[in-house]
Amino acid sequence: MEVSKPRALVYSEAELDRAEGAVIENLKASAQQPIPDRDKWLDEELKKNVLLTTVDAAINWARRSSLWTTVCFPACCAFEFITTAGSRFDISRFGMEIIRASPRQADLMITAGTLTWKMAPNVKRIYDQMPEPKWVIAMGACAVSGGIFRSSYSVVPGYNRIIPVDVYVPGCPPRPENLLYGIRLLQKKIAKESLMKSSQA
Amino acid sequence: MTVVLSGTEIAGKLREKFPESIIDAKPQFILVKPESLLEIATFLKDAPEYKFNYLTSVTAVDYYDYFEAVYHLTSIDHNHSLVLKTRCAREKPVLPSVVRLWQAADLQEREIYDLLGITFEGHPNLKRIVLWEGFQGHPLRKDYLA
Amino acid sequence: MALKTEPFAVNIGPAHPSTHGVFRMRATLDGEVIVDLEPVFGYLHRGVEKLAEERTYTGFIPLTDRLDYLSSMANNLGYCLAVEKLAGITVPERAMYLRVILAELQRIASHLIAVGAFLNDAGAFMTPILYMIREREKILDLLEMVSGQRLTYNFMRIGGLSQDVPEEFLPALKKFVDEMPRWIEEYEQLLKENEILIARAKGVGILTKETAINIGASGPVLRASGVKWDIRKADPYSGYDRFEFDIPTGETGDSYDRYRVRVEEMRQSVRIIKQAMEQLPAGPVRAQVPHLIRPPAGETYTHIEVPKGELGFYLVSDNSIAPYRLHIRAPSLINLTALREMVLGWKIADAILIFGSIDICMGEVDR
Repeated sequence: MEVSKPRALVYSEAELDRAEGAVIENLKASAQQPIPDRDKWLDEELKKNVLLTTVDAAINWARRSSLWTTVCFPACCAFEFITTAGSRFDISRFGMEIIRASPRQADLMITAGTLTWKMAPNVKRIYDQMPEPKWVIAMGACAVSGGIFRSSYSVVPGYNRIIPVDVYVPGCPPRPENLLYGIRLLQKKIAKESLMKSSQA
Repeated sequence: MTVVLSGTEIAGKLREKFPESIIDAKPQFILVKPESLLEIATFLKDAPEYKFNYLTSVTAVDYYDYFEAVYHLTSIDHNHSLVLKTRCAREKPVLPSVVRLWQAADLQEREIYDLLGITFEGHPNLKRIVLWEGFQGHPLRKDYLA
Repeated sequence: MALKTEPFAVNIGPAHPSTHGVFRMRATLDGEVIVDLEPVFGYLHRGVEKLAEERTYTGFIPLTDRLDYLSSMANNLGYCLAVEKLAGITVPERAMYLRVILAELQRIASHLIAVGAFLNDAGAFMTPILYMIREREKILDLLEMVSGQRLTYNFMRIGGLSQDVPEEFLPALKKFVDEMPRWIEEYEQLLKENEILIARAKGVGILTKETAINIGASGPVLRASGVKWDIRKADPYSGYDRFEFDIPTGETGDSYDRYRVRVEEMRQSVRIIKQAMEQLPAGPVRAQVPHLIRPPAGETYTHIEVPKGELGFYLVSDNSIAPYRLHIRAPSLINLTALREMVLGWKIADAILIFGSIDICMGEVDR
């Protein structure tokens, strides 16, 4: 039986594949150590007295009450995120029902799924395209540390090898209530930020 | 119930048509030489009493001295199935491709090439599929070092 | 007078808002019409087949959950059947019936997502998904009652189930099964005769019967093209030959037929669950098996009908505690072989809809 219609490509597949492969190998070589977590805010809260101005409080309230997520849904945790956005565990009451396909209009990335080296440059690109201020929640065991697949040859052991993570939510997959608790923690973290500090950081 | 055809019986009939192509025949499978794989497969697909028009799966196993490719064939009209196997040496792993007969083998043979390193002659688009270009080695081999 | 156009390449990238996972298509367009398409995947390749060689037989069951993560019970069932066939273990009767009930519940849950996501891709923005989630939550409550987990259950063991179902499961299941046909009716009535859906899906992405058999398609994709082939009838396993049910088939093999076949299969699943509940015997739920299972040396190929198609496990054992080679015949990967042919000549929006109607799960395609 005749296999298929003839190809009509306008680009060279082999060159594209080779270029992308080179990007992946470079990223793998440069991501051998995890990125340290940003501002250890629990320690600092004890150490110094931060007086937030009213402007800070207002801005933080606005930022944390309408976090818009961007699309980064490789694997199984994506479905727990979708059910969290459903009617039973309504994520819309936190102002987060918008899932923007374009990262330029998003400020939160919930990484729901295993990260492989082949996908890593794409995720880094999505993260770089998000404008400041931006936060990352690592959802699920695979996002935190590689999970059940850690010993595999093609899995990145945790998203914090390539992007800085703010909140880690364990579970395989985490229950929707678990994810909502993680979002609540992130909201508390955002409430502590101050414009003075972020301009120095 | 799907009748699993006995390899020894079918091999007996095939030996008349294709002498010296069959290396071994057990009740579970028929082992053929790689050179005659395509003609035996074409015969099994077109002969009216067999009519194996559905290739269920193509896979390959790494036994330390050789690679073995396993074809599971099914006939939807007669509801029976058969297992064909063929071997190739480890130093030069080349096998003929059955893509012209069953297009189901297209993506599966690419995956075997990617993970085990067996080259399939006659495949229109043999390149890596689940790993990226530039990945060193073939992970599913028994001597792959992580 | 004809405009001169030049084809150009567009990347429909791995992260996109359609909920089918990280799948990438490099499309070459002439104006708006697709003239060539190159699917690229592997973005979720986790090396499950290699991991199988370093885990025990029982320790691999959680990994089978994550293959097609929308139908974990069915994957567990396929793997356990493969090992039981190799090791010659007989499963007690109660376990067989309970396995059928759980697998059919899982089929309804998976088809709800398939239909909901398909209608979502067709343009009804969030409503089908929200309705689908409402029904699915009821099924997930039942499965949580049984196994403690909502998505990846790890419930079946080699030789049966890991534990018996609690007492409140059967009354709750009866209540669900009595109400479900009404929900399917209501769900269908929303969009079955809708003009926009019919214009977008009827006649779009046709897969002919000969092509479907030649590419090795299985499941609703094959049945919508007119081939009456269902592993539950052709090669019954786990007691399916004791139940009466029909196999819905389509005529033309377009996207609309695939959607209708899935909705009909949900109805047949409800029928099977009712019969299994009536015939459920008492007894143990797990055969006596050793803690570390060592099947004798040999090989087997076992296949079952999961919601996406025919899932097969080719298992080679050399009498040690870990498999020598485990190959997973993934239905989603093989159903994707026809994507290029189905899509050529249509526009990008149609390509997304056709791709959604095949209903794949990337965990299975990449493994």
